[in-house]
Amino acid sequence: MSNTTANKKTPAAYNYVDSRVGFSAALKRNLRKVFPDHWSFMLGEIALYSFIILLLTGTFLTLWYKPSMTEVIYNGSYIPLKGIPMSEAYASTLEISFDVRGGMLIRQIHHWAALFFIAAMVVHLLRVFFTGAYRKPREFNWLLGLGLLTLGLLAGFSGYSLPDDLLSGVGLKIASGIVQALPVIGTWALYFLFGGEFPGTEVISRLYSIHILLLPGAILALVTAHLLLVWTQKHTQYPGPGRTEKNVVGYPLLPVYTAKAGGFFFIVFGVTTLLGALVTINPIWLYGPYTPDQVTAGSQPDWYIGFLEGSLRVMPAIEFNIFNTWTFSPNVLIPALILPGLMFALMGAYPFLESWITGDKREHNLLDRPRNAPTRTALGTMSLSFYILLWIGGGNDIVAMAFNMSINAITWFMRVALIVVPPLVFIITRRICLGLQRNDLDKLLHGKETGRILRLPEGGFVEVHSPVSEAELPKLLARETYPVWELPQKVDANGIKTPKYRRQLMKAKLSAWWTKGDLPIPTMKEIQSGQHHAHEALEQAHEFGVEPGKEEIVTSTNH
Amino acid sequence: MANLAKFRRNRFASVLVLFFALGLVSIGFSGVNKLVTPAAAKIGSEETLVDKGSALFAEGCSSCHGLNGQGTSDGPTLAGVGAASVHFQVSTGRMPMAAPGAQVMRKKPSYNEEETLALAAYVATFGPGPAIPSEEQVNEWQNASVSEGGELFRTNCAQCHNFAGSGGALTNGKYAPSLGQATPLQIYEAMITGPQSMPIFSDETLTPESKAAIIRYIQELNKSENPGGMDLGRLGPVTEGLILWVVGLGVLIIFAVWIGARVR
Repeated sequence: MSNTTANKKTPAAYNYVDSRVGFSAALKRNLRKVFPDHWSFMLGEIALYSFIILLLTGTFLTLWYKPSMTEVIYNGSYIPLKGIPMSEAYASTLEISFDVRGGMLIRQIHHWAALFFIAAMVVHLLRVFFTGAYRKPREFNWLLGLGLLTLGLLAGFSGYSLPDDLLSGVGLKIASGIVQALPVIGTWALYFLFGGEFPGTEVISRLYSIHILLLPGAILALVTAHLLLVWTQKHTQYPGPGRTEKNVVGYPLLPVYTAKAGGFFFIVFGVTTLLGALVTINPIWLYGPYTPDQVTAGSQPDWYIGFLEGSLRVMPAIEFNIFNTWTFSPNVLIPALILPGLMFALMGAYPFLESWITGDKREHNLLDRPRNAPTRTALGTMSLSFYILLWIGGGNDIVAMAFNMSINAITWFMRVALIVVPPLVFIITRRICLGLQRNDLDKLLHGKETGRILRLPEGGFVEVHSPVSEAELPKLLARETYPVWELPQKVDANGIKTPKYRRQLMKAKLSAWWTKGDLPIPTMKEIQSGQHHAHEALEQAHEFGVEPGKEEIVTSTNH
Repeated sequence: MANLAKFRRNRFASVLVLFFALGLVSIGFSGVNKLVTPAAAKIGSEETLVDKGSALFAEGCSSCHGLNGQGTSDGPTLAGVGAASVHFQVSTGRMPMAAPGAQVMRKKPSYNEEETLALAAYVATFGPGPAIPSEEQVNEWQNASVSEGGELFRTNCAQCHNFAGSGGALTNGKYAPSLGQATPLQIYEAMITGPQSMPIFSDETLTPESKAAIIRYIQELNKSENPGGMDLGRLGPVTEGLILWVVGLGVLIIFAVWIGARVR
């Protein structure tokens, strides 16, 4: 392992570098590191590659962009805006779009890549959630991922505001309103952030420093930590033949995985470039420069802020006057600050809550199939339905136009649906998961249905079942059940109060809810006899002269 | 004759005589009518336009607006709406209305330009209202400044019609329509008459020069030049997000599945 002396077979250049760097041992070990192979493990990679594209194109944009709110008269080559007063920031973005060679393409790639970055993070998060990949020992990495998502949202919003066009100006105005909705400190916080009244002359240059320095630096640091943890903890894998909690089955980093991942980078870059070249994004020349007296119909943020736009639009107008002196507007505070705060807090706490309810403190390197954790899967789809409803609420005017509906009706529908639909989705998802579990259990105990019906000599009909294949068996066996905690006694036999009674009671109730409807795990004996029966049934089928089909050929390797 | 006289007690004779008399009267009336009408036509072409309009109105509009345009429970009074309003509503196909609803939609016009002008002339006789702008007034847009028009458009129009005139939703199913099909004359008429939810932009609010500039900018928008590629309906970030999730991420996931697929 640690043999670093020159070897006859190794090339001279290798020895030259190794004798100066001395990494060969670590390299040797790490280049052979194995990664499991599945398409859903590449979603996070899309986010990573988008981030690299963002760094490259962003650097190009900084060469021409001027983060200044000084008023200038536009005299560039876009005729419909000639002679219009605007901020230097907006004028320089127009210059990038129309007068810098390749500027339009790079700007559009940058914006599409930003949308990809956050979308890929969200999809990656969903994969991690629904497969239970956040369980011990990966809780910290889950939190790092949430941190990355938060930073991504901030980076997106700060970048969206930089061109100082009409749409982003409206977005900033909403942001300023949200800051003002903070109780007690709102007005001061606004003055602090904007350097005075909205819009002032400071906010663009401040956002610029945050957007190109602070946020990318922080994202880079967190990405590094995120990947280092994946490296040291090793990647999770789906249950399959030969895969256990203690091994990793897949391809070595070099050459297979490097080729696949490296190739995928170019695919992501290619798709982003194609979109940037063919499809307009953020046509700031149509929006016009920002002035506080203008607004356009269809003012929306980019998709990742859309859920907040929706919560703001759907929220009923509530406002209090305290002693007729202080105005308190929960109609902004609740949807724009409390709701996202709650969403992220719940996501952050979730891995710890789940392990507290199930009492599962073991390490997990094998992923759960979503159906095998019905309550978790149902919670996930429930939250997702809430998020998607908020999305639709945020685009209520576009939806109203596209489908000839009343915007008021959509808003009222959303107010009701946000409360009614998620619980329904929860119930339906859990039922579907349990149904799929039953199907799995049936395959284990009675074999697979072959669709071949036999008529017995006595006149009855039976369907031939074949044993489950070697490859499928580990998948079906991967399900686990969790204990239901006993309801605690308030006072024990000796009249002593149970310590932490309330917490124990809650835990017991939650675990009963968590495991509701769980099917018993069959014993190995039951499974073997079930598979044996299926095999016997097949042999019986042969006796009746049924032609051997594909199933038999596969299952014959079973014994 | 004797044969005919013999027939006079027949039970169908009275009916026959009645028809004969009716025919005689109608022929006589049409003869008199022909003598009278050319005399009226000599007074002036305006009068024929109004008359033609009157006939068209009675046929196509009066069922809702009343025989004299006084309005009924199904349609408002047309006294004082002016010729410009009629020309706008009819030439954009909004009137006659297909069905009552939150808003009347633009559709293929039911009347040609000549008939439309006749209707406008007739309705204008109900009471004074904005006249159809002259050709010179409308064509002024060709000399107007596009950037000034853009500034005025964003200040006065974009909040309902969207930044690129793609249209936008209003309350309770009403909407500001897309301006993609509107002709310069129709835009001018809409500004001075304020159809449906639109406010009236009088010459005090928007001078004729400003109106011309706005029309100029809308013509520029309607050229649909997209330096950035496909415009996705010019509706803002919602359609961009849709394309990203459906096309962009869809394609990448297909590639991921392809890369992740094991060689068998």
